[in-house]
Amino acid sequence: MAIAAGTERAARLAFNDVSLSYFTPSGETLALDSVSFQIGVGEIVSIVGQSGCGKSTLLSLLAGLIAPTSGTVSIDGQAVSEPSAAIGFMLQQDTLFEWRTILENTLLGPELRGHDRAAAHERAEGLLDRYGLRDFKAHFPHQLSGGMRQRAALARTMCLDPSILLLDEPFSALDFQTRIAISDEIAQIIRSEGKTAILVTHDINEAVAMADRVLVMSRRPGRIKSQHVIDFAVADRERASSLELRELPAFNHAFQAIWKDLDVHV
Amino acid sequence: MSMSDVGKMPGEIATPAPAGRQASPAYLNWQRAQVRRRIGIVAAQLGLIAAFLVVWEVAARMLWVNPLLTSYPSAVTSSMITLLQDGVLFKHTWVTLVETITSFVASTALGVVLAVWLWLAPTARRILDPFLVVGNAVPKIALVPIFYIWLGPALSIYGIAIAVAVFIVLLMVHIGFEQTDKNKVKLVRTLGGTTWQILTKVVLPANRSVIVAAMKANIGLSLVGVIVGEFQSAKAGLGYLIVYGSQIFQMDMVMCAIVILGVISLALFVGISLLEKWITDVRLIRAEN
Ligand SMILES: Nc1ncnc2c1ncn2[C@@H]1O[C@H](COP(=O)(O)OP(=O)(O)O)[C@@H](O)[C@H]1O
Ligand SMILES: [Mg+2]
Repeated sequence: MAIAAGTERAARLAFNDVSLSYFTPSGETLALDSVSFQIGVGEIVSIVGQSGCGKSTLLSLLAGLIAPTSGTVSIDGQAVSEPSAAIGFMLQQDTLFEWRTILENTLLGPELRGHDRAAAHERAEGLLDRYGLRDFKAHFPHQLSGGMRQRAALARTMCLDPSILLLDEPFSALDFQTRIAISDEIAQIIRSEGKTAILVTHDINEAVAMADRVLVMSRRPGRIKSQHVIDFAVADRERASSLELRELPAFNHAFQAIWKDLDVHV
Repeated sequence: MSMSDVGKMPGEIATPAPAGRQASPAYLNWQRAQVRRRIGIVAAQLGLIAAFLVVWEVAARMLWVNPLLTSYPSAVTSSMITLLQDGVLFKHTWVTLVETITSFVASTALGVVLAVWLWLAPTARRILDPFLVVGNAVPKIALVPIFYIWLGPALSIYGIAIAVAVFIVLLMVHIGFEQTDKNKVKLVRTLGGTTWQILTKVVLPANRSVIVAAMKANIGLSLVGVIVGEFQSAKAGLGYLIVYGSQIFQMDMVMCAIVILGVISLALFVGISLLEKWITDVRLIRAEN
C-alpha cells in the first residue's frame, strides 16, 4: 500500500518499497517488508505497532545507522547513506552522559560536529532556559528528575537545530503524570518550531494526541497496515492539553479505529 | 508557552532540604551511633593486629613453636632496626618499589592500549579471543626461567611482572569496553560522531571505574611478579632479601622483608585509591570549554 504525505504538503521523508533483514548466526529476520510511505514538511506522524514489529528499525534507517536490504529511504529526495545533520534522534533512555553537566551534555552534538563553540554555547543556554532548566546547567544528570532529564535530552537534540526529529518511545521511562506533561510540552515545541517529526510509541493515546497522522504497523515482518489522519480542529490543538483532547469525539473515534487495526490478542 | 510555565509535576523538581535547618534529635543520635560504629571497627582492626603479634611473641617465647623457624615480633623489630641503620633495608625496599611501580605503569598502559586496539579492530578481536583466554590461564610463573635466559637478570624481573599483570588489565578493560551502553554509542553516531569520537567521548569516560578496578587487580599481581622475578635473578630487592635470609637461616630477616612487603602493598593500594578519587571525579573528563 502506498501512503502519501499528508494533505497538500511536499514530501520530506520517503520510504520507497523498503525491506530490511537482519542477519545473525541464528538466522535471518525480516524486520521490514516492502514499506512505503511519505511524510510532509512540518508534519508530525506517529507510528504505532507491537513490540518487535520494526519501529526502531525504521528510525535507524532514516537516521542512516543501517542501510536497507532493498528499496530506498530518502530525505528531501536524497537517498540516506550516513547520519544526516538534518536529523535529531531521541531515544527511549535519555542517555545523558553522567560525567558531563547538563550544559556539557547539551553541547555534545556541536562538539562532535566541530561547530563554533561560542555560538553553540549561546544556543545551548537559550534552549536550557526555554526548557525550564535555567538553574540546572551546572548540575549533573543524577541530580535531576526523570522529566528534567528528558527535557535536557531534548535540548541536546535541538542544539544542532535539526529540521527532522525522530522520537523512539521517548517517554516510556517516565511516570504517568510526568509523561503526559512532557509529551504535551514536546509536541508544543515541535509544532511551534515547525519541525517534521516521527514519534514511535505503543501508547495509542499518546500517538493520537501528539500527531497529525498515525501509521499502524503489522506484526513482524513490519508492514504499514493502515493510516489514520487525526482531524482535530486547529483551535483545539492549540488550546487543549492532551488530557482535554482525550475528551473529544474525534479522539475516541481515532483511538477505536487504531485499536482495531492493531489487532491485539491477549 | 514555555516549559517552565508547566509548573511542578509530582516528583519533577528535586528540591534540596532548606539549608540551616535544625537537625532533629533522632538524626543527631543516629549520627553519633554512626561515629561510634566507625570507631568500633577501627578498634577491632587494631585489636586483631595486636592479638596476632602477642600470640606470635608468646608462642615463640614459650617455645610452643620453634622460634628459629617462626622468629617473633620483638626479634623482627630489632632486626629491622639494625637493617635500617645499615641502610640495607632502605636500599632493598627502594629497588622493589621502583620495579613494582614501573611494571605496574607499563602493564596498565599496555593492557589499556591493547584493549583499545581490540575495540577498534573487531576482526582482530575475534581472531585473538581464544589466545587471550589461554594466555591469561597460563601460569606466568612457569616462564621465569625462560625470561631469565632471554632478558637477563635485570630486565627479566620487569618482563615477568608485566606478563603476570597485563592479562587481567586487558581482559577487564576489554569486557568493560564491550559492555559500554549501546544507546550512548548509538546516540553519538546519530549526532555524527566518528569511531574515534565514540572511543574518546563515550567508551573511555564510561569505563573509568573499570580501569581503576583493573589497576587495583594489577597492583597486587605486579608485586607478585617482581618478587618472583627477584627470587630468580636479583642481587637486590625484598625478594632477594627473602631468599638470602632463608639461605643463611635468618628468619628475622625474612619476616622483616615480608612485613615491609605488607607495608608496600598497603601504601600502593592507598595510592591507587587516591588516584581513583581523581580519575572517577565526574569533573575530570568534561567538555573542553
Ligand atoms: N541488530 C539486530 N540484529 C538482529 N535482529 C534485530 C536487530 N535489531 C532488531 N532486530 C529484530 O528485528 C525486529 C524488529 O526490531 P525493532 O525495530 O527493534 O522493533 P520495535 O522497535 O518495533 O520493537 C525484532 O524482531 C528484533 O528482534
Ligand atoms: Mg523499539
